[in-house]
Amino acid sequence: MSLAIKDDEVDIVIGALRSDLTTFMNEWRPMFSRFHLIIVKDPDLKEELKIPEGFNLDVYGKPEIDQVVGSSTSILFSGYSCRYFGYLVSRKKYIISVDDDCLPARDPKGFLVDAVAQHISNLTNPATPFFFNTLYDPYAEGADFVRGYPFSLRGGVKCALSCGLWLNLADHDAPTQALKARQRNSRYVDAVMTVPAGSLIPISGINIAFEREAVGPALVPALKLAGEGKCRWETMEDIWSGLCVKVVCDHLGLGVKTGLPYIWRTDRGDPIASLKKEWEGVKLMEEVIPFFQSVRLPREATTVEECIVEVANAVKERLGSMDPVFARAAKAMLDWIKLWQSVGSSSSRSSAV
Amino acid sequence: MATVSPTPLLKDELDIVIPTIRNLDFLEMWRPFFQPYHLIIVQDGDPTKTIKVPEGFDYELYNRNDINRILGPKASCISFKDSACRCFGYMVSKKKYIYTIDDDCFVAKDPSGKDINALEQHIQNLLSPSTPFFFNTLYDPYRSGADFVRGYPFSLREGVPTAVSHGLWLNIPDYDAPTQLVKPLERNTRYVDAIMTIPKGTLFPMCGMNLAFNRELIGPAMYFGLMGDGQPIGRYDDMWAGWCTKVICDHLGWGVKTGLPYIWHSKASNPFVNLKKEYKGIYWQEELIPFFQSVALPKDCTTVQKCYIEISKQVKAKLGKVDDYFNKLADAMVTWIEAWDELNPSGDISAKIPNGASK
Repeated sequence: MSLAIKDDEVDIVIGALRSDLTTFMNEWRPMFSRFHLIIVKDPDLKEELKIPEGFNLDVYGKPEIDQVVGSSTSILFSGYSCRYFGYLVSRKKYIISVDDDCLPARDPKGFLVDAVAQHISNLTNPATPFFFNTLYDPYAEGADFVRGYPFSLRGGVKCALSCGLWLNLADHDAPTQALKARQRNSRYVDAVMTVPAGSLIPISGINIAFEREAVGPALVPALKLAGEGKCRWETMEDIWSGLCVKVVCDHLGLGVKTGLPYIWRTDRGDPIASLKKEWEGVKLMEEVIPFFQSVRLPREATTVEECIVEVANAVKERLGSMDPVFARAAKAMLDWIKLWQSVGSSSSRSSAV
Repeated sequence: MATVSPTPLLKDELDIVIPTIRNLDFLEMWRPFFQPYHLIIVQDGDPTKTIKVPEGFDYELYNRNDINRILGPKASCISFKDSACRCFGYMVSKKKYIYTIDDDCFVAKDPSGKDINALEQHIQNLLSPSTPFFFNTLYDPYRSGADFVRGYPFSLREGVPTAVSHGLWLNIPDYDAPTQLVKPLERNTRYVDAIMTIPKGTLFPMCGMNLAFNRELIGPAMYFGLMGDGQPIGRYDDMWAGWCTKVICDHLGWGVKTGLPYIWHSKASNPFVNLKKEYKGIYWQEELIPFFQSVALPKDCTTVQKCYIEISKQVKAKLGKVDDYFNKLADAMVTWIEAWDELNPSGDISAKIPNGASK
């Protein structure tokens, strides 16, 4: 049922927060080498990037970012948010993005997981957000819809976003990881499933893929915590971005999948140190989740850009006075849409309802 | 973290309900896991037939004559010649929890080759909270080795009581007749090592083959409808109960889990027989799903019984025009609640409705 896609329809976008990418690139070489890569260097990173030979890639750093978006707007792209610049300038239909401290994982049989191929499969097979299939992905080999699944819903809808998972260092927040210092994720759950329409999930930016043409503008670099740092424990930008994407997908009838593929996330950092540095993010979620659960987009919003503008306005109106981080997020979202329209839109098509 | 405490047996708090028309030989394989428990066997079909129960099990058995005797005229709500009759077992049970399993379901093995104690897993599922308000991407956060992911609000991490634990099946998957006809050889060999809460507001097709629930919480909603002899439809019993149950759980703030445990489903039923039974359902389902998706229960429905009666009214009002069957079903739903309350007079379990929960 999946569409066959050509290699030149895919960009792999990597945000580089550390300079030496040798091991990372070499380990991923079997999966990456067919595709074009965009590597975006964190503007705050001083050292030169070390990238091994043999890849078809473009590298962007502070000078290029400043040139394309202007140095005042480039503030959007520091730290983990540098990857969004890659999403902006890509001209491909699909984007796959993993953090630079992640390596290919092995499945329970010991085989290396081709995360790129799995993400592509997730994106090119339909999603089924309107009714839960108890055997998970009905389009997977050896599976199908179960008894009771309405036939009219079996065609599914387009999958716009694929969220993968992590073995070893899972994406817990700092308090959780600090409390369970030795806990590592060793459970390989062999399933892909569609997140039901109307349900929100925390979408981690560590291992994702999306159809840029369908939802590109909805992945917004907007929520910058006051103490945001260079460890995922010190950020919530991806969680915010993911909530925006899910709300937009629900409104436009697009699907979001979660589950396979796994990547192996290497041990890095100290959750207690991160917690000392940045603890606001965890508190903010108490406001953020109810807000996104209650956002309602008007029928007239029929494109991704229109939807994001609506969400941004709602953020400003309902969260803006609660914490300056929200007012800044709303502004960043509006700036992002303007940027997308001027820089990003030459190959992106908006999804109409 | 420290050692995980062992799962309580709950042997005096849980009944195993088994519908059968043939024999109960399958219990031999389950003996190591089921023997401590009381069984309620609901004999379907010809009541003159004797069902042989393996030695050593503590059980009560009901056939059609017993059902008629106990319920009198209200027995009309219990299906005849269909495994849907099992819900009579839920009604007469006096226990807090129910596990129901089909007589062609056997012990499965996990990927390491170990026998799966399905009942123990169901108990774990029922005794640990559910998380219906926000999806955890690492699935059940209360399992050992797992937890909530970054971004999951702390205020939602206590979870809510779990009302239902829906298990799955290896080998013969629970497909409808058309799918069985197209893929007669397909077997489910994928062991998905996860339990997850089905989000609030999301419906699913519940299967009664390997199902456990908190009877004290949700029992009255587990009516398996009018199926089988004299009815225009079959194989929709568990799904009907599942849709009613999910709507009520969503309204009252309880959780429904799906995933582990697996059992081994051995017998593929005849797809042509199934097609005849399901045929109308395949069309009606297209009306049923939008119906259940849009059921709104008023705030004063604070007990399962009140919710269920309200749903029956809406079934009559909105589905009666699809087919007269739904008028009969709506009446049977009311009869069921009356019978339930008669046999279980200790009173309803009221749930505190969370603020603004009604759709």
